[in-house]
Amino acid sequence: MLRPTPRLSSRLNRTEMSWREKIWQINWSLITILTAIASVGFLTLYSAAKGSLEPWAIKQMVRFAMGIGIMIAVAVVDLRFWMRHAYVLYGLSIVLLIAVDLKGTIGMGAQRWIDLGFIQLQPSEIMKIAMILTLARYFHGATVQDVGRPTFLIPPLLMVLLPVGLVMKQPDLGTAMMVLMSSGAIFFMAGVRLWKFGILLGAGAGAVPVAWQFLHDYQKKRVIIFMNPDQDPLGAGYHITQSKIALGSGGIFGKGYMNGTQAGLNFLPEKQTDFIFTMYGEEWGLMGGLFLLGLYVLLTAFGYAIAMRCRSQFGRLVALGITTTFFLYFFINTAMVMGLVPVVGVPLPLISYGGTAMLSLLFGWGLVMSCYIHRDLPIGRRGGHDD
Amino acid sequence: MYHDNDRSKLFSRRALMLAGGKGALISALVARMYYLQVIEADRYTMLSEENRVSMRLLAPPRGLILDRNGTAMAVNQHNYRVLVVSEQAPSLDYTLDALSQIISLGDHDRARVIKEAKRRRSFVPITVRENLSWEEVARIEVNAPDLPGVLIDVGQSRYYPLEHLGAHILGYVAAVSENDQTNNDPLEELPGFRIGKAGVEKIYDMALRGRGGTSQEEVNAVGRVMRELERREGEPGVDLTLTLDMRLQEYAAQRLGDESAAAVVMDIHTGEVIVMASTPSFDPNAFNRGLTHEEWKELSTNPLAPLQNKAISGTFAPGSTFKMMVAIAAMEAGAISPEQTVLCRGHTELGSIKFHCWKKGGHGSVDLVNALKGSCDVYFYEIARRVGFEKVAEVANRFGLGVPTGIDLPNERSGLIPNRAWKRKALGQPWHPGETLINGIGQGYCLATPLQLAVMTARIANGGQQVIPHVARDMIVEKQAILRAEPAWKSCGVSQRSLTLVRKGMNAVSNEPGGTAYRARIEQEGMWLSGKTGTAQVRRITMRERETGVRKNEDLPWKERDHALFVAYAPEDAPRYSIAVVVEHGGGGSAVAAPIARDIMLEVQKRERARVAEQQLHNHACSGSDCKDHG
Repeated sequence: MLRPTPRLSSRLNRTEMSWREKIWQINWSLITILTAIASVGFLTLYSAAKGSLEPWAIKQMVRFAMGIGIMIAVAVVDLRFWMRHAYVLYGLSIVLLIAVDLKGTIGMGAQRWIDLGFIQLQPSEIMKIAMILTLARYFHGATVQDVGRPTFLIPPLLMVLLPVGLVMKQPDLGTAMMVLMSSGAIFFMAGVRLWKFGILLGAGAGAVPVAWQFLHDYQKKRVIIFMNPDQDPLGAGYHITQSKIALGSGGIFGKGYMNGTQAGLNFLPEKQTDFIFTMYGEEWGLMGGLFLLGLYVLLTAFGYAIAMRCRSQFGRLVALGITTTFFLYFFINTAMVMGLVPVVGVPLPLISYGGTAMLSLLFGWGLVMSCYIHRDLPIGRRGGHDD
Repeated sequence: MYHDNDRSKLFSRRALMLAGGKGALISALVARMYYLQVIEADRYTMLSEENRVSMRLLAPPRGLILDRNGTAMAVNQHNYRVLVVSEQAPSLDYTLDALSQIISLGDHDRARVIKEAKRRRSFVPITVRENLSWEEVARIEVNAPDLPGVLIDVGQSRYYPLEHLGAHILGYVAAVSENDQTNNDPLEELPGFRIGKAGVEKIYDMALRGRGGTSQEEVNAVGRVMRELERREGEPGVDLTLTLDMRLQEYAAQRLGDESAAAVVMDIHTGEVIVMASTPSFDPNAFNRGLTHEEWKELSTNPLAPLQNKAISGTFAPGSTFKMMVAIAAMEAGAISPEQTVLCRGHTELGSIKFHCWKKGGHGSVDLVNALKGSCDVYFYEIARRVGFEKVAEVANRFGLGVPTGIDLPNERSGLIPNRAWKRKALGQPWHPGETLINGIGQGYCLATPLQLAVMTARIANGGQQVIPHVARDMIVEKQAILRAEPAWKSCGVSQRSLTLVRKGMNAVSNEPGGTAYRARIEQEGMWLSGKTGTAQVRRITMRERETGVRKNEDLPWKERDHALFVAYAPEDAPRYSIAVVVEHGGGGSAVAAPIARDIMLEVQKRERARVAEQQLHNHACSGSDCKDHG
């Protein structure tokens, strides 16, 4: 092993760390960036409610505080624990996904959550994380030669397609695409050759007409509306037009905090959830937009740094997978409100009002932090001590 | 550490590539932001400040409601109304003042407009008055220059041509009230938009509404429409065909007359509800128009409850119509055999309490068929006691009593079939043995809706299949009408032997001399009915009263009179329809309810025969020639 061994990591290069050591290892810079992003959200929610903490900003703060707590709890748990339980979590998510599908079928309508009373559990959110852990575990023990064998790639491919199919059935094509893309990133990072991606992409495109035959008429209609939101006269087309006007009229320096007219006049739909970036952009202009984008890029860069610094393949893949999912969130959302991609219901991470996404995102960053704390921890093929 | 160095290098290389891809995407975002907020900023600033794009919703026509023969039950009519757009009026008060000098405008309307103007977006027009006459429209048009922000609009309003007939099933539409707005349908923000508030108008509201179209308009700073940018037509609401036959419905309503009563006729195989009459009724057009305070008071305080659909929301003690359930439960449990007899002396005793039969001298020795035929209370006291009420309740549930039938109408009540667990929970008391007897003749705690009784009879007549009633001919999925699949009902899980025997008893009730409904039989060949009478007591008869002679029903105040009930199916030899008639405080089942049921059932069957004959004639006339166009 040719690797510079700083003093600190020589201490960490052990199988067990005490709680105290772990707490010392918490990456405060990461928490600072997350808090900065969330604070942009609080400010914007405060403005969206016309200068009031109610009904959004205050709840969002409470959730963020809870989320940070969860994040730290997740971070100090041994990384091997997450690896050992990856498949269990995956199985559980599949069961939950099937449960909502069944519930949806019986209730005659799309349902994406299970009501636990205090929170509405969205299995697809859990699946986003479980998928990354599962794939990371699968590829953890794989050699470069293993990854080169097509037969080795079939099980993980099925593991991806099953939940994607279930989520698509809800139908939640936005989430399905996100799971597909972040899984693709892990395959890529694990070393799968580029031409294999090409073949899969081709096969996928070829399968579309066949799958189409099996859809009911009303399902087809849903897909058509999804692909072509302009067909939904009251929905997406209007939203995008208004969103572009609001953003564009913000100019370079914005109209000033709490001075957004479009949002204020209620031209903007869902200004506190999916279209919050529009409202922010109207008030803070190009400069504000670039600042927020800068924070997101910084966070992504931190994710990369942690991934590269990780000693175990599992940690590397998890850190990169979560970072990529996070990247997809903010890219799809901002591109959507600017009219670059079709409207899908993806929130702006850590800023859009909403509890489930906030908690699952911070859970994910907790895993990245865990990768950081256990960065020098060697992990054996089966998730035990390096053997 | 197996090849980890290789993997680590590979990972770094790939991470770099992935980061590059992300960088490219970020660049696209930045470029787009630059384009929108720098290059196009001026245009968008102008659009946002001077020319706002405003979206106008176009209301789709509401779906029609037709009966099974295509008779229109709910249609749409033109409706001229005057609207005001608050952002276009310099002062709302001033505009309303000016308007009230031209057309009559009540204080109530005025307060409502001002309240709505605060609640809605400033560019949403608010209805000031509807149903304007031509003259009023002309007067407003002439004075248009003095009325900024006022516009005339031709809308559509709902009209129910049959008025009182079928009103309970149709329900009605009315303006959206504050606590209604839950569906997130933008249509609900339209001025004067009506939503279904009861009946099928409510249950199938979303499908009947259709989907709104839109007109994107460019408006200038004062709100004047500069031009229409884009227009998309909406989708009209689905036309809903019901299973009801309005001619039969009319006949039934007439036959029930002025009584507070309900009659339900359904197809025992498909679950189609053909008649569902509840009297007295109301005119749903009044709700659409807007009720006056007096009208509302009269409707809501009338003791005959005209607003209530008694067929599904009225619950009555089933009385002797419940005896079939006891008979089936006892047969299934093996507590009796068909031949076993019970001696009726006019009363029986349990401990120190006396339980009376309705027939003072008693029925003598009766078996099951004769007990049903003469509606002998003592026989059913005895077998209810033998089998226990828990089992009776379980059977009754399976035949649809005590549980909602699941009909596609709102506000269905589930009635009540008591058992030990219920009594402990609801009243905190243990079950008394005497209650098994009382409930065994459908009195006591037992309650059922007329629809439930019709469903129970249907399940007896169709061989124990758990048919579920419905009023919409088609299934509505995703706002579209889809043909109902061939019904596949679950089984009640009772033997055909018990059902055959009970049907034999019901046949005797109607078609054998001495049966309680013999005088209300159908004599036409092939249309015979088999039924069961019921007279549900609503007051307690005291010991003293029994000694001095029970007061006649007619001498009692209306509220204390018995309910008259009758259930039946027909034709006797090949059952197709079931019926339940309940006349609230109407008197005896055999004297009051059975003749009504007989007449309705006869009319139903005659009409079906006429329809079949007509079709045959048509088919015959068409044979050879090309009649495909006519189906």
